Amino acid sequence: MASAFGGPVSLTFQPIHACRKNKNTTFVASLAYVIEAAPLRVVINNREQHLKTKAGESPLLLQLRNITKRYGTYVANDSVDLALEHGQICAILGENGAGKSTLMKTIYGIQQPDEGEIVWNGEKVAVTSPSVARDLGIGMVFQHFSLFETISVVENISLTVPGSLPDLAEIIRQKADEYGLHVNPDAPVHGLSVGERQRVEIIRCLMQDPKLLILDEPTSVLPPHSVQQLFGTLRKLSERGVAMLYISHKLEEIRDLCHCAVVLRQGRVTGTANPRQATSAELARLMIGQDIPTARHAEAKPSCEPALTVSDLTYENPDPLGESLDSVSMAVRPGEIVGIAGVSGNGQSTLARILSGEIRLQGHMAGRIQVFDHPVGDAPPGTRRQMGVTFVPEERLGRATVPTMSLADNVLLTAHGAGLVRKGLIRRRQQADFADKCISAMDVRSRGRQSIASSLSGGNLQKFVLGREILLKPRILIVSQPTWGIDVGAAAMVRQKLVDLRDTGTAILMISEELEEIFEISDRIHVMYHGRLSPSVQARSVTAEDVGRMMMGEFDQKMRAA
Amino acid sequence: MMGRYALVQRSEVSLKSIMLVPLVTFVLALLGSMVLFGFLGAPPLEVLYRLLIDPLASAYNISEVVIKAAPLILIAQGLAIGFRAKVWNIGAEGQLIIGAVAASVIPITFPESQNVLMLPAMMLAGMIAGAAWAGIAAALKTRFNASEIIVTLMLNQIAVQILYFLINGPLKDPMGFSYPQSVSFPPVAMYPLLSDDGMLRANASILVVILLSIAALIYVTRTFSGYTLLVGGLAPSAASYAGFSAKKAVWITLLIGGAAAGLAGVGEISGPIGRLQPSLSPGYGFAAIIVAYLGGLHPVGILLAGTFMAIVYVGADGAIIDVGLPPAAPVIFQGMVLVFYLASFALVQYRIVRVQPEARA
Repeated sequence: MASAFGGPVSLTFQPIHACRKNKNTTFVASLAYVIEAAPLRVVINNREQHLKTKAGESPLLLQLRNITKRYGTYVANDSVDLALEHGQICAILGENGAGKSTLMKTIYGIQQPDEGEIVWNGEKVAVTSPSVARDLGIGMVFQHFSLFETISVVENISLTVPGSLPDLAEIIRQKADEYGLHVNPDAPVHGLSVGERQRVEIIRCLMQDPKLLILDEPTSVLPPHSVQQLFGTLRKLSERGVAMLYISHKLEEIRDLCHCAVVLRQGRVTGTANPRQATSAELARLMIGQDIPTARHAEAKPSCEPALTVSDLTYENPDPLGESLDSVSMAVRPGEIVGIAGVSGNGQSTLARILSGEIRLQGHMAGRIQVFDHPVGDAPPGTRRQMGVTFVPEERLGRATVPTMSLADNVLLTAHGAGLVRKGLIRRRQQADFADKCISAMDVRSRGRQSIASSLSGGNLQKFVLGREILLKPRILIVSQPTWGIDVGAAAMVRQKLVDLRDTGTAILMISEELEEIFEISDRIHVMYHGRLSPSVQARSVTAEDVGRMMMGEFDQKMRAA
Repeated sequence: MMGRYALVQRSEVSLKSIMLVPLVTFVLALLGSMVLFGFLGAPPLEVLYRLLIDPLASAYNISEVVIKAAPLILIAQGLAIGFRAKVWNIGAEGQLIIGAVAASVIPITFPESQNVLMLPAMMLAGMIAGAAWAGIAAALKTRFNASEIIVTLMLNQIAVQILYFLINGPLKDPMGFSYPQSVSFPPVAMYPLLSDDGMLRANASILVVILLSIAALIYVTRTFSGYTLLVGGLAPSAASYAGFSAKKAVWITLLIGGAAAGLAGVGEISGPIGRLQPSLSPGYGFAAIIVAYLGGLHPVGILLAGTFMAIVYVGADGAIIDVGLPPAAPVIFQGMVLVFYLASFALVQYRIVRVQPEARA
């Protein structure tokens, strides 16, 4: 099946048992070695290939046959077939809840299929746990991260990769330079931004010498030039026989990188395509069964009085590895969307927490943030909500929602002030109504308001969170990474909702790493770089190249020169 | 063939299996005690009968069960509110003692009083003192981020020493032949008995406990304040995002836990004991931790778990005398309950898998 589109790439290598022996030495666990050692392997592999072909060995690395996974009556995967050759990069496309994550978890051994079988190198295998998967040579970069927060980056990596800490730290630094995955090996994970955590995940996987890499939205937090670097790496790996399953919603990337694409819808394989021949629009149609809706985006009609003002805000993060802010100034007026672009880790998450009240300012800095001319810098989040400010943070699970609570209970988190609580008692009827309204208004696909938040896919959870905050009729909405890791259909809907909200006169501040998104719906654009915020530019009169240069700090030098 | 075993987290945990945990724990702990005490020469079925049936076989025994259930349930209800918020108060024993000491000052000062407001005043004093004692831990936690586990644990020891000092000094009965104990309390300082039968010691404190259990149920399931505490325990980042103060949660939970334990202390001195003395509690403050978890940190579950633990307490007391079990039997049984609880709870969340030594690809 797989070879029908794209075909096998260049050389097909058998995975090598010699490699396992290498795992015991520190350095060899690194990707560098895999690449360096490749010529040696060709010799070994040719011989193995020869022997195995004689024995009638299949050239396929991975085959899924008839995989079915049910949760109660809900069928997450329905008779899914898939075949993957050595070195092949195959895109897994599908809307939120289409069953992509379920399928990947099955391959990685996190859960067992109810029916069907997994064939690895021509042999039926039972992948009973992730450690079995890793022993087979399967690595996975997760969408929700699997790092321990309280220990450092290198300590996390040492949990699964043998070697002394200083050696591993050195390798991590090399990887970081090589792939633009900048991360400090000694930084504790709890202080890292979402983007940095994903970089750690990618590095960790690359260090484990995988034959199959499962990548769940790997580029969503990488700056544009690093994406190309990463793709270079992935292509090299592919040429050396490492196959990849690549979940992404960025169709251009899939066309750029992948040899084949399998489309899932409602748990079934509904189509396959050659992403290099299909246009983005065609791929999108296969995925969601209709054309991509784009945000209707009329010219903003902002009023003159700013709703939210930040003036010359400087914040020294007490955590030496945390992000600080340096003289940040901006204003957001009712009826406009102001976008803050920039690579994550430049101070955006600190700014978002200061605006939300999760970090509170002391003393004279308290007045540097004003909501309708009232200083709020030292006010707790609840007070700011009462003034009509709502927030959609970048971490949906664990921050915007309590993972183990139902949607109904998660509504209470921020909507308790909207008549859901009277005299300290929770009003169950109003709570249920609010949750239902939120679910239907945002088309949240779930099993109703009693669904546990963590059971929803990323996109549906984001729709729920955004819906909850919009239903509060905010005068100011501050949203971080609104479409991070969610599919094109849900992303388009989220953006449309933001534009609609803007048109009702809400002031919206959007922090996003996705330039396309910034351009699609912002009216004005700021760029953040090393804790500094650029002056704003009109979204309609600036080019992506200009903003790209600003993302590299160019505005800053101009400011200093002036 | 040798294989390694590993615990793997289950992707789904059904409510039914969580409900089964206490049941399985009880059964295993009972079986364990039958075996263990059997080795000590007690016939296993006799042990089972003694632990489970005998405590309910007579009015006197049932009355004793009620007396022991009241403090266990009351303290556990208070602690559970904290545990749900991940605030670990393990100082209920000390809070109980301080509550009892503070409340005892009233009847010791007015031993001849006939004012019916004395018992309510003692209850109030006990709750305030217990809460204040726990409040020390809250203050240190919120001001200096001192672990409430260590602080509450150490405050237990200080409370015991305060009790010893006072009972040998200012609060000692001057006519008591130098026994370290206070004067006997006047009738108005005592909880009314539930029956006229002079043999039965069960008193009205159990009614207070049931009322407070209902209050706890309403608090954790219906009030917004209870909800904010639960959010703080489950997802601290979400609580911070929502603006629920973590410091406030520490204060609320420790004050509630301390007040409940202090009131339980009043229940002892104004109930079966009737005076202040060096030993006020056979470890209710610690056993209540087990009760809280066995009850699934839920007010209704705690009612059941507390009753069960009280039954076993009374049963073991009887068995020590009649069947010749060691005096440590109740503690041993509690230990088994805790171990089996932790084990079965772990197995509900994780499953054991055999890890193949080498997965052949």
